[in-house]
Amino acid sequence: MSGDHTHGAHDVRADHDDSLTYYQAMEIAVRELLIEKGVLTAGDVRRQIETMDARGPQVGAIMVARAWVDAAFKQRMLEDGSAAARELGLEIGPLKLIVVENTPDVHNVVVCTLCSCYPRALLGLPPDWYKSRSYRSRTVREPRAVLAEFGTVIPDGTRICVHDSTADMRYLVLPRRPEHTEHLDESGLAKLVTRDSMIGVSVIET
Amino acid sequence: MTDAHTVTFRAGDRVRVRVANPIGHVRTPYYLRGKGGVVERICGSFPNPEELAYGRNGLPARPLYRVRFLQRELWPDYAGPPTDVLEAEIYQHWLQPEDAPP
Amino acid sequence: MTLPDPHRSHHDMGGLPGDTVVRAEHDYAMWEKRVDALLVLLGDRQEPLVSTDELRRNIEGLGSEAYERMTYYERWISSIAQTLIQRGVISVDELGRRIQEVTARESAHD
Repeated sequence: MSGDHTHGAHDVRADHDDSLTYYQAMEIAVRELLIEKGVLTAGDVRRQIETMDARGPQVGAIMVARAWVDAAFKQRMLEDGSAAARELGLEIGPLKLIVVENTPDVHNVVVCTLCSCYPRALLGLPPDWYKSRSYRSRTVREPRAVLAEFGTVIPDGTRICVHDSTADMRYLVLPRRPEHTEHLDESGLAKLVTRDSMIGVSVIET
Repeated sequence: MTDAHTVTFRAGDRVRVRVANPIGHVRTPYYLRGKGGVVERICGSFPNPEELAYGRNGLPARPLYRVRFLQRELWPDYAGPPTDVLEAEIYQHWLQPEDAPP
Repeated sequence: MTLPDPHRSHHDMGGLPGDTVVRAEHDYAMWEKRVDALLVLLGDRQEPLVSTDELRRNIEGLGSEAYERMTYYERWISSIAQTLIQRGVISVDELGRRIQEVTARESAHD
């Protein structure tokens, strides 16, 4: 039985539309116990959810757009991703970031084979496919086939570098700036940047 | 045996991932054990995840490296060009100099 | 049929054969967001009560059948609960009683 399927519908799931599952009951139980013990409050949980909801690929896109317009910033970002994020005032917490640059010679793609490590502060919560058995098993071994399933074909003359996020670092791909974008300002450029291009399964086309 | 705590390798060094298959929590993937590669950079030193996983503090911190491997050396049937690579973070205590006896 | 290598832990799947990547995504349910929030609140504090490493190790310890059967956040809440028990923050008894109580409470609303 594959671990790829999420149980239930593949769309918004409201709580209480079915009876409570065992694990949903466990979540309630654990949270209530922790609140009663003074470990955290309901307000803490609410605020953390709001913080997480506010995070999404638009944050990572800010870094990408800045790197596209400012070569010195790009250099600093490639040397120390976390420092560069903080330079832009982004709240990344303890994230240890490495940014890897796509060029005509190298295309980068990120995976975590052991679990699902992901730069959440910059991209939000990861998509189901990133956490799936198929993606985690196959990307390290047949990256070109996996990318083709995303509609991304990298020519043989461009080498692929797969990053397996095995330990403390987290990765963001700096996609190539698409052609015919000279007229766009930084915020216009940021709007072009997709989550999938920052994971490395897609490129940005004009 | 490589010292676990003193930074031993530098970018460009050829290293081999040690073969060991313990039970318990490790962050060295199975598919990289026994494989040779080149140190791409030192990431810094961090508390040992093999200890943190059991509620201990993992100190003293251990050096962590990014190591680059040629895909054709990882997979006998690798279908892409010979220049394709994979990079992963490996803790020093899982690394040996490439020419060390196994 | 190739038998799984006993040296390879179930979660350690890099390089194993797999199916076509299914690109469907789901919006996270509220209970899943609450689980995610719990991990952050328990880990990102002066004295962490659940580390990411303990989360991972307890997920890895679920066993291959449970790992495949459970959804992502089901694995997380199970592991968070396990870690809190290991650390003595909650007891097995408390957890069992409260799950029963919650279940009964919610059924009373149906």
